[in-house]
Amino acid sequence: MEALSALVAELTGDEQKAASAASSAGFAYGLAAIGPGIGIGYLVGKSVEAMARQPEAAGMVRTTMFLGIAFTEALALIGFVVFILIGL
Amino acid sequence: MKAPKGVRNLAETLVEFIENGIVMQTMGRDGLGWTPFLLSMFTFIYLCNVPGIIPFLQMPATARIAIPMFLSLLVWVVFIGTGFKHQGIGYLKSSLFPPGVPKALYILVTPIEFISTFLVRPFSLTVRLFANMLAGHILLVTFALLSEALFQAKGNPALIPMGVLPLFMLIFLTGFEVLVAFLQAYIFTILTAVYIGGAAHPEH
Repeated sequence: MEALSALVAELTGDEQKAASAASSAGFAYGLAAIGPGIGIGYLVGKSVEAMARQPEAAGMVRTTMFLGIAFTEALALIGFVVFILIGL
Repeated sequence: MKAPKGVRNLAETLVEFIENGIVMQTMGRDGLGWTPFLLSMFTFIYLCNVPGIIPFLQMPATARIAIPMFLSLLVWVVFIGTGFKHQGIGYLKSSLFPPGVPKALYILVTPIEFISTFLVRPFSLTVRLFANMLAGHILLVTFALLSEALFQAKGNPALIPMGVLPLFMLIFLTGFEVLVAFLQAYIFTILTAVYIGGAAHPEH
């Protein structure tokens, strides 16, 4: 980490800006992926549990599961868009 | 009556998928009139997604934000129009002032409902489709370029056979993108159906 900051200190202003933009873009996406990752895992796990308990309700559970995934995933995708916007 | 075959069989499967898999699950029998709209929306998005995995095209049309944005603005206009058509001005009341909430909480609930119904819905529809397809495209490009760079590596000859690894990953991800192209079209259509169904019948 110290070697990295020593390296960064030698760069010119524009290069420093680009370097910090690149690393914060990585952090932005990585942090944005944590919550939705946990969320989707929990959601699908619970849906499989529900489908195993009541196979006759599987169609309804599956539809609701996809809806839930779509809403949860949106957070990760917003992080991805931020990643593109910062990274460029 | 002859049993249908060929293209007609495919088309019937598609219509039945939209009717049973999407309309009946979200809107019920009343929503069957929306089948043509949802069918054309599903087919359009799917056909826009599929070029992402066709060799030499390799770019989904929906990875440009214009098409998802246009589609979600269309959905936005349609579901608000449906709300006003079915409930008149009461649509604003039922969507902004949901029943069963203590009166004092409306100060908090109404702005949240307004933002989530009228602003976040089109935005999230756009971003979901666009970002999914662009992310898939970028993944494919990354692994294709990585394997090309390794195959043409100069200096260390041991690097050249390593190029097979990203190539396998590329093949696997192409298979994954086949799934994503279908799934995103399905999710977009089913969310459209849910929004329209919610606007046509107020929640109790």
